[in-house]
Amino acid sequence: MLDRLSFPQPWLSLILFLTWQFLSDGISGGSLVLGLVLAWGIPQLTQGFWPERPAFMKSWRMPAYLLVVLWDIVIASFSVAKLILSPRKPEPVFVCYPLQLEHPLAISILASTISLTPGTVSADISDDEKMLLIHALDARSDDEVIDAIHTRYEKPLMEMFK
Amino acid sequence: MSPLAEYTISALLIIGGAFTLIGAIGLARLPDFFTRLHGPTKATTLGVGAVMLSSVVYFSSTGQGIGISEILITVFLFLTAPVSANMLAKAAMHIGVKTMDNTRGKPWDQ
Repeated sequence: MLDRLSFPQPWLSLILFLTWQFLSDGISGGSLVLGLVLAWGIPQLTQGFWPERPAFMKSWRMPAYLLVVLWDIVIASFSVAKLILSPRKPEPVFVCYPLQLEHPLAISILASTISLTPGTVSADISDDEKMLLIHALDARSDDEVIDAIHTRYEKPLMEMFK
Repeated sequence: MSPLAEYTISALLIIGGAFTLIGAIGLARLPDFFTRLHGPTKATTLGVGAVMLSSVVYFSSTGQGIGISEILITVFLFLTAPVSANMLAKAAMHIGVKTMDNTRGKPWDQ
């Protein structure tokens, strides 16, 4: 019974609690209580979905990675916008991307990054978690896409999750 | 509100609106399902980002505090957009949506 009352994901609980305080209009008794209930309930409900924590994660590298991603989103948005407005037909391609990352959390961060940056959407992951299927809107060759993703996103992530 | 803040807000709103519009045009113009997937998912990233920034600038310059809720909205959007794009792509592959003729490579089936 007592383990039902614990916080299995302390960081997630803390983030949920703080997020709820920011979202509600000013901190009050009610928002504190509801925040606590959410911070306890959501991790309990989603417990089974969380992969085990990575052995070592250099989270201080995260801000630099996010800045690179944000910058790429801005740059690539312009190129996609240009492509949409130009009369030229896009040359889409399905790329099988060989993953070097192993941790599920790292892979899902990489997949989300790929989907967020314009021009590429990660469509699927192979059952053995070794390949990622990516749809690129306009690319001259597979290698171009694979190289770009590997140097810009996967390498920093591999550093982070070593 | 200072003129500088007003110009910044207007510029950001125009940029955000333009990108959302281009995303919508992309949805209408691009030839097949998978390429159309790119339009809306991207328009949200930069379009909403710019609109959110303008809202932050507005509320900070009128002295109503920095808009943390706007930033949270963007964070939620950035977290959910890839997931929905991924689900759409998976569903399309599952029912075997046709791809345009000059698509290289194939979606695998497993």
